[in-house]
Amino acid sequence: MMDLWHIYTHMFRSRLFEEAVARAWQAGRIMGEMHSSIGEEAIAAATVLQLKEGDAMLLDHRGTAPLVIRGVDMALLYREFLGHPDGLCGGKGGHMHLFSRPHLAASSGIVGATGPLAAGFALAAKRLRPGNVALAYFGDGAMNQGMLLESFNLAAAWKLPVLFICKDSHWAITTETEQVTGGNLIERVRGFGIPAEYAEGWDVERLWPLVQKALVHIRDGKGPFFIHATCVHLEGHFLGDPLIRVFRHPLKEARKLTSPLLAALSLKSSDSVSHRKERLEYLLKTIGKAAKQRREDDKDPVKRLRKKLLAENKNRLKEVEQQIRTEIDHIISQVERYEKEAKR
Amino acid sequence: MAVKTYLDAIHDAIEEEMRRDENVFLMGEDVGLYGGAFKVTKGLFQEFGPVRVLDTPIAESAIIGVGIGTALQGFRPICEMQFADFISNAFTQIVNNAATFYWRQGVKIPMVIRAPSGGNVHGGPFHSQNPEAWFVHSPGLKVVAPATAYDAKGLLKAAIRDDNVVLYFENKYLYRRIKEDLPEEDFIVEIGRARLARDGEAATIITYSAQVHDAIKVADEIAEEEGKEVAVLDLRSLMPFDKTMILEQVRKTNRILIVHEDHLTGGIGGEISAFITEHAFEYLDAPIMRVAGLDIPVPFSPPLEKHYLPTKEKIKDKLKKLLAY
Repeated sequence: MMDLWHIYTHMFRSRLFEEAVARAWQAGRIMGEMHSSIGEEAIAAATVLQLKEGDAMLLDHRGTAPLVIRGVDMALLYREFLGHPDGLCGGKGGHMHLFSRPHLAASSGIVGATGPLAAGFALAAKRLRPGNVALAYFGDGAMNQGMLLESFNLAAAWKLPVLFICKDSHWAITTETEQVTGGNLIERVRGFGIPAEYAEGWDVERLWPLVQKALVHIRDGKGPFFIHATCVHLEGHFLGDPLIRVFRHPLKEARKLTSPLLAALSLKSSDSVSHRKERLEYLLKTIGKAAKQRREDDKDPVKRLRKKLLAENKNRLKEVEQQIRTEIDHIISQVERYEKEAKR
Repeated sequence: MAVKTYLDAIHDAIEEEMRRDENVFLMGEDVGLYGGAFKVTKGLFQEFGPVRVLDTPIAESAIIGVGIGTALQGFRPICEMQFADFISNAFTQIVNNAATFYWRQGVKIPMVIRAPSGGNVHGGPFHSQNPEAWFVHSPGLKVVAPATAYDAKGLLKAAIRDDNVVLYFENKYLYRRIKEDLPEEDFIVEIGRARLARDGEAATIITYSAQVHDAIKVADEIAEEEGKEVAVLDLRSLMPFDKTMILEQVRKTNRILIVHEDHLTGGIGGEISAFITEHAFEYLDAPIMRVAGLDIPVPFSPPLEKHYLPTKEKIKDKLKKLLAY
């Protein structure tokens, strides 16, 4: 049963947690890169909340939302991101290499690696726990990686219980996916004999019934299912993404950008000025496109659902949000206090 | 002369070679408009356009396979692996197809594979590795790993002009930390030649890439504390490695410490050690010693990563043992 209030609770909790993580990263307390799943909450909620005991999740480099929604202890996750010995993986993995045995959840920082792993979990489930499924999350960039395509074929040929979820942000890291992808993704997957359907990934109300249908198909032993869901990464590819910086602080960034752009036009080089001008225009168009996508509030899954619930019952919403805010604040401050004590 | 970072040196080498030879082209993930994950290829798309600077799908096996195909038609591709760790996705194209082509068909593959490697940047297990030994072990490949901006530029230019497959391991940690004055005029560094980075007669540290800098610092400290001058030999090329210079150093200093960031077991240090014992055993006054990355994946957490790395402290401890033997 689709309960929007229940779904919102999970999406909002994940959002607040990731915003707190982003602040810690901005403050320089999390080392290395940090990929946020902010913007993917509807996809995570519509899938994870329909899982059963014994179902597995194979996560890419944006594993936070599915793990939080699945019920993994946020304090353990946060400590792992900080590189703490008491983190989920003893600080050895960081945010891209997470594993939780009780939740049958494993993540990999290698693009496309979730496909074959999910097929393996599914093969095991078929023998050990009939009726269980394995979920593979990946982005549109992974759709061109050989190992993922290999796993589509295997899952189809062996009728493996895998739900493949392509979270399509239209960007493969910083490259526009359409520039490097042939054909249509749904048709590509149907070519393997796998049923494939599309939904807007920011609309949890449309996603939910599609996931429900897919899971019935898979649990009935009819083989894999592929869902193509669009989404917008509101924080860009990773925290500190330059494309995001440009539209959040246009004046400051424009000043930094102007001189290298002019230099690219005027420098002596091996190509004609008109060609270089064309490329410059392309670059500016790309920045503009990226900025525009992330400004559309109805593509923010949390804001979108919030609008609906606000109209339904304002007071209830405020109450729910306040409760979650207190919960997250408590977890974050506890971990940070613990950190300080550990350092002493 | 102009001051250039290690990263600038790589960028300039690509740019200059692309200007020099229109058959040279670049491909990889995000190398175009974005200028590469580390900004090594910044500006090249603007200068040379989408025909010679290609943004590829995230598909390493395809990148190398396409490289082989174009190389067979007279092009000189530079293929970038976004992180050296992702090179394993392209393994069969490199070690089966590219590496054996000349031996099988008598046709050379003039291809460079650039791979940003190394830890100390808190990238975790899949963004910090040093996979050079895999390729040193595979016959038919040349493997280089520069430590200085001068060598970064000269070796890359040599690699691009080389008619064979060259794997070029550039160290991420050094990108913006190392800089020096580089000559304006064209120069190359010959593949297969080591460089004596520090002279001395008490012992020789044989190393490459980021550890060259640590080895020099340790040698300086030992000179001050113990009055013993220790030589540092920067291999620069790992396949072929400079057998002549290695033997010269063994005969001259009689004590050898090998240092690398790659894992100890199966690392290049083992091969060099075996080579020395086979060819100059009688010149050794002490067992050959090694300091290397531990035999574990590279951990994410900064203190754990430090524990993994062959730090200055570990090099110094081992060097003292070697000198006292």
